[in-house]
Amino acid sequence: MQPEFVIVPDHAWLAELEKSSGESVSICYQCKTCSSGCPVAFAMDLLPHQIIHMIRMGLKDKVLKSASIWLCVSCESCTTRCPNDIDVAKIIDALRMASIKSGLKLGEKRPSVFHDSVLSSIKKTGRLYELGMIGIYTLKSGDVVSNIKSGSLLEDAKVGWKLFRNGKLKLIPERIKGKKEIRKLFKKLKRGERV
Amino acid sequence: MKVSYYPGCSLHSTGLEYGESTQEVCKILGIELNELSDWNCCGATSAHCTDEVLAIELATRNLGIAEDAGLDLVIPCAACFQRFKVAEKHILEGKKPAIDTPYQGKVPIKHLLDFLIEEKNLKGIKEKIKKPLNGLKAVCYYGCLIMRPPKVTDAKNYENPQTMDKLLSLLGVEVYPWSYKTDCCGGSLMLARPDIVAQLSGKLIQMAEDAGVDCIATACPLCQANLDTKQVVISKNLGREVRFPVFYFTELLGLALGSGEVDQWLRRHIVDPRDLLKSKGLL
Repeated sequence: MQPEFVIVPDHAWLAELEKSSGESVSICYQCKTCSSGCPVAFAMDLLPHQIIHMIRMGLKDKVLKSASIWLCVSCESCTTRCPNDIDVAKIIDALRMASIKSGLKLGEKRPSVFHDSVLSSIKKTGRLYELGMIGIYTLKSGDVVSNIKSGSLLEDAKVGWKLFRNGKLKLIPERIKGKKEIRKLFKKLKRGERV
Repeated sequence: MKVSYYPGCSLHSTGLEYGESTQEVCKILGIELNELSDWNCCGATSAHCTDEVLAIELATRNLGIAEDAGLDLVIPCAACFQRFKVAEKHILEGKKPAIDTPYQGKVPIKHLLDFLIEEKNLKGIKEKIKKPLNGLKAVCYYGCLIMRPPKVTDAKNYENPQTMDKLLSLLGVEVYPWSYKTDCCGGSLMLARPDIVAQLSGKLIQMAEDAGVDCIATACPLCQANLDTKQVVISKNLGREVRFPVFYFTELLGLALGSGEVDQWLRRHIVDPRDLLKSKGLL
């Protein structure tokens, strides 16, 4: 049996990821501009520049299991400011897809559940039905019990009620005529079984 | 003048008053907004971090409808705008989407703010101001996706944008310089990690307070929603009550143009901004 601290790098992964993201990870010179400007850095387990470096070292599992790739808000600050013109946010997107495909336990599950809930709503009607999406998310995220205990569900419900009363959450979803076209797009999804 | 109009899902729900004020302002200015027929959701962050092809195709279906209509396309939502620009660049690079669409990359795609700041529209606004917003102090908050990344959005001054500053100054608003114009509010983590959103949005509100203004003006439905709805949690985090008004820039524009619908928009906010306007004698 291997002790836990042995790292087995996957050297083929760099090329694989450069292909799937269409970005050159190798040219990064670790200036840390991406991490310095990242608004969510304070909550991350791995910083963006560390992720880039770890991809080059072939540390596939560690990167794919990190919470950071799901905490990225796609604000595009890193992509905008990289002096080497690396689209860091696009690499993070590629990592999220690779992480789902790998079947590894996600470092942070809730954002992925959120994205699935949004997409399943769009798939059904062609537009996002927010009330339905919130319902699906609440059930799928498995946070209901802990949110009741912490009181955050009550706070959310209060805000939700106000939004509803102010006419901002609709009871009836909007359905488009071209629903079939939209479903066709979703059918082509590589990981269609999740949505 | 006629343009195509893509409201996106938010402007029919949580950003309702952004849609209402956009329609009203354009009506006053004599701009006819033709909503794209049978438009679909752009997929926003959820689509592009799940499947790049799906994200491009969701946006491209709408662009095909817009190209058929043959008019410039105006979009008030920052996220929709950016997704459409990504699809545009994709097509212009010669990559074809797999869907059947007439879209060739010819439709000018404009964020509402950039559209209203065009010379002819600015002139129209100037002529039609009925109630200058003198005495109101604001910072302009642009958020992420109207500007970034500039190779996609074609934005100039993406680190220190001036368009909303220019527009609100024209209305008589005292616009303060601010270092947080394009910092992130937490965006799509709203449900999944509300703690992070409260942290980021809380900082923006604190920084606006520190700047010494009365309110924040936004141009994105997700920014406004995060800043407006998270103030209960922000108050808890800071240990004091925070009630800071967050407007859509179109609401302030409607107010200055003398619209009778302003009250209907503002009552939809979680933090009611009407007291502020009353105290300034503007409502």
